[in-house]
Amino acid sequence: MDLLNALVALLNFVIVPATAYGAQLALGALGVTLIYGILRFSNFAHGDTMAFGTMVTILFTWWFQSMGISFGPLPTALLALPFGILGCMALVLVTDRMVYRFYREQKAKPVILVIVSMGVMFVMNGLVRFIIGPDDQRFGDGERFIISARDFKAMTGLREGLAIKTSQGLTVVVAVIAVALLFWFLNRTRTGKSMRAYSDNEDLALLSGINPERVVMYTWLIVAALATVAGTLYGLDKSFKPFVYFQLLLPIFAAAIVGGLGNPLGAIAGGFVIAFSEVTITYAWKKIARYLLPDHLDPDGLVQLLSTDYKFAVSFVILLIVLLFRPTGLFKGKSV
Amino acid sequence: MKKLLLASAATALVAGAAQAGGHGEVKIGIILGYTGPIESLVANMGPAAEMAMAEVTESGLLLGGAKVMPVIGDSTCVDAAAATAAAERLITSDGVKGIVGGDCSGVTGAMLQNVAVPNGVVMVSPSATSPGLSHQNNEDEGLFFRTAPSDARQGVVMTEVLMELGIKEVAVTYTNNDYGKGLADSFQAAFEEAGGSITISAAHEDGKADYSAEVGALASAGGERLVVAGYVDQGGAGIVRGSLDSGAFDTFHFPDGMIGTALVETFGSEIDGSSGQHPSPSEELAAKFTDLVGGKFEATSPFTPESYDAAALIMLAMQAAGSAEPGDYKAKIMDVANAPGEKIGAGELAKGLQILADGGDIDYVGATDVELIGPGEAAGNYRVVGFEGGKEVTAGRK
Repeated sequence: MDLLNALVALLNFVIVPATAYGAQLALGALGVTLIYGILRFSNFAHGDTMAFGTMVTILFTWWFQSMGISFGPLPTALLALPFGILGCMALVLVTDRMVYRFYREQKAKPVILVIVSMGVMFVMNGLVRFIIGPDDQRFGDGERFIISARDFKAMTGLREGLAIKTSQGLTVVVAVIAVALLFWFLNRTRTGKSMRAYSDNEDLALLSGINPERVVMYTWLIVAALATVAGTLYGLDKSFKPFVYFQLLLPIFAAAIVGGLGNPLGAIAGGFVIAFSEVTITYAWKKIARYLLPDHLDPDGLVQLLSTDYKFAVSFVILLIVLLFRPTGLFKGKSV
Repeated sequence: MKKLLLASAATALVAGAAQAGGHGEVKIGIILGYTGPIESLVANMGPAAEMAMAEVTESGLLLGGAKVMPVIGDSTCVDAAAATAAAERLITSDGVKGIVGGDCSGVTGAMLQNVAVPNGVVMVSPSATSPGLSHQNNEDEGLFFRTAPSDARQGVVMTEVLMELGIKEVAVTYTNNDYGKGLADSFQAAFEEAGGSITISAAHEDGKADYSAEVGALASAGGERLVVAGYVDQGGAGIVRGSLDSGAFDTFHFPDGMIGTALVETFGSEIDGSSGQHPSPSEELAAKFTDLVGGKFEATSPFTPESYDAAALIMLAMQAAGSAEPGDYKAKIMDVANAPGEKIGAGELAKGLQILADGGDIDYVGATDVELIGPGEAAGNYRVVGFEGGKEVTAGRK
């Protein structure tokens, strides 16, 4: 019984939240890594692209809610998601046409494009705040829990509860579908193959007749879709606040770099490594130790490796170690 | 020669402006966090301070009919550099004679040390509650006052509230800044002295993406209730959300930074059975102030009446000193705030100004029963709140 309690506590406070957070980071890191692999720069505007896509989704969600359209037990935001993706696609294509294309034609160095993307970041940042405001917005509806802590306790008679939120379940399911679609697209379709060819060797790809503008356009479209999905899932799970999306940029970049920039598989692995390390290394194991150890060995302290104050340090220490020993990341990416 | 002429012309202009400032117009700065973690509170605090200034201007009694002009600056609540720049601008370029602000403890300390003290300008904060600011009394040259009580007092009040509820073991999480740390420390000292135990006291950062690590650690440490010394618009709400969703804690205790309409709007009946407290005047004073405000803004929002009082104290002290210069009136603030003298409530500023003009004494009561003690801070009256049926209710006073 104690063993079960310990297991449930671990699931509830470590594994379930870290998996959902990891999936959100992985989707965000995929967008960053695609841009890096194909357009060859670090896109600092990614967090705010996510915020913009989510904002459009939220506006459509509110509209649907006001018309009384709902998605049963699932959040209405899922119905609005395609519209959010379209809005975000329009935004990134316009940005590319107005800003990035100019620098591409100049054959600007990546570092210049990074600075340009910071400028774009501030503009998008302002745009989102201008339209929806800087405050917290809530747009989740439908069933909140797949299983709530109280129900779980009543069902199993255990002392520990296990809560799985609908948004957490959705996050993982949608992330799996999105990643599967992405890999199918990159590996099986003509356009996907031309994208990979362009990423591997630009000159060779151009020689074999690949239209670079088309590749760039498809990349932006995919990135917009990934960003909107990641942003909406994150917003459903926590809450939507433009400033927080801006702050998400750091863990997302950490995830992409740890996994290996430019490598989609690496981005996914990186997302989970960052999420799990943030949660597990700062977790206080007192509760679990109490269940597992005999009474006279009960710990007095918290059995915590590092205080939670240091959880951000944890992801950056991992980033440093990975870069020191494998400069191209866990999976073979491009060197930074 | 040309340069000399220009310079003297400029000097004459400046002198002229100063003269005009002395008689016709007095500028008072309001530096609060119009953006940032407590922006939803400042939406009421700012207008309250401006209301006091408008009242004095209308009376036409201050220093023989001077108009009071509010000048607004944004402290951002968290960015000391931005707040210092705002204070610098208000003092050196706008020439304010006193400042209502800052709001959060960290930026208030920064503005005081870097700008107000070097320039000799009085600051009256309506909401900086860190005990750390009390010690600056010796270094602030008598320029810093607050109409909000120190958190050293709030820690004791919190302990009393929890002890009366029979709660002896709590977990504490605080926002990682001067306010959060100061409050958590003073609460821990008071609670442990009263025989309670604190299982964990962990910081959280505001505006972060994910709080599952913090919630996990708090849950593991356990406790009958979780004390959240954070901000309602920021990480505090994230921690509460995470704790409720994972079933880590069902009931909470909320100090002043968490009490606000946003709390009930966000969590509704999920936080039923929780408790909290915030500095607030008695029922009669609150009702009187609400009438006076007449729906222009939310009169009972935390620190809103304190903001009115902060502005009023500055202007009454000016009248008592017969001068708008901070060096002259700083010594008068304690005099007008405390007995002896005629009691002056909110909305009676004209009466107070008249008495002072005639050479009398006043004891400013204002909207929060102002009584300044020790280093120039409010003694503190707290409203204890409870949560029932998705609503915030008054559960007593301390």
